Amino acid sequence: MLSKIVRTVANQLIVFILIFGLYVIAHGHLTPGGGFQGGAVIVSGVVMLLVAFSSKELKKSLRERVLSIMESTGALIFVALAFAGIGTAFFYNLLVGTPIFGRIPAPGPNPGDFWTGGVIPLMNLAVGLKVVAGLSAVVLALALFASGEEVEE
Amino acid sequence: MRKVVGLILLLVLVAFLVWGVLLIHPFGYPPSDMDDYIIDNAQEQTANNNVVASVVFDYRGFDTLGEATILFTAVTGVLLLLRTLKRREESS
Amino acid sequence: MEHIPLNFPFLAAALLVGISFYIIIFKKNLIKLIMGIAMMASGVNLFLVALGYRAGGNAPIYTDVPEGPMVLPVPQALTLTSIVINVAVLALMLTIVIHIYRHTGSLDSEKSRKMKG
Repeated sequence: MLSKIVRTVANQLIVFILIFGLYVIAHGHLTPGGGFQGGAVIVSGVVMLLVAFSSKELKKSLRERVLSIMESTGALIFVALAFAGIGTAFFYNLLVGTPIFGRIPAPGPNPGDFWTGGVIPLMNLAVGLKVVAGLSAVVLALALFASGEEVEE
Repeated sequence: MRKVVGLILLLVLVAFLVWGVLLIHPFGYPPSDMDDYIIDNAQEQTANNNVVASVVFDYRGFDTLGEATILFTAVTGVLLLLRTLKRREESS
Repeated sequence: MEHIPLNFPFLAAALLVGISFYIIIFKKNLIKLIMGIAMMASGVNLFLVALGYRAGGNAPIYTDVPEGPMVLPVPQALTLTSIVINVAVLALMLTIVIHIYRHTGSLDSEKSRKMKG
């Protein structure tokens, strides 16, 4: 556990890192970014918390059961969205043309419209959830093992 | 003996790499038939402004499914191996 | 910037892969082998991105893009997948090296050849 100044600054900075990571995930169909990139940003924020506080303190907040449920939910939502358009083909984009997320943008360069993209923004959220839960579980397990603790059930 | 065989193998592999670099297309002018079709038609077929995201999740979504499976398997494997190590160390 | 002589980005990627071949064939320490594999992954990613570059192109995203040709989007999608897979496999390899160290007591790849017990 590092000194009081480092702990206070880390407490303040984690809010901004979380907001930036969620922005990169949510606008993945308008700007460069998406599920994997935004997930990596949030995991780097978790690593900063792991360095500032010791891993024994972080184990009380990030329980392993919650992380496991989050990762499985992300994977199941991704596969469910892939199976939703099975009438035509596997991975068919069935929300094109409908009022939810289905408006077709003007051809050529244009300022982006948020309600476009078909089924892709929902897939971005599912993959982002999966990456955050998976990689932070791996980092937490390695840090707990290195400091000589019991990796819990 | 082992060093001689290793040296010959290294020379053969480096020769393949250099031959490949000399025979490739000039940097900046790639042959692009499939990508021209994707750039022209991605906005109306997938209703998306980001062509890279629509390639990752729509035109080649099956590769992303395989990658999600690999991520899941690797995370499960790491957590499983670290648990067995702690229990064996405490009981021996 | 018209014709970069001798295809310099492809030469840099071939150099990275060649150095990592030397590391994997000749070095015995397990941690150095893992570093060689990570270097080969970087070389392959650089090669993939350099394959799809068009001279004077912009990013293939239609939101507020300036005039001009666009870079090919398919190699960038393949590089994304490759980076994520490399991270996962590298984490698994490091955990197995921890197991080998606890079992045999040294990080030499010659001493962990026997598969008994």
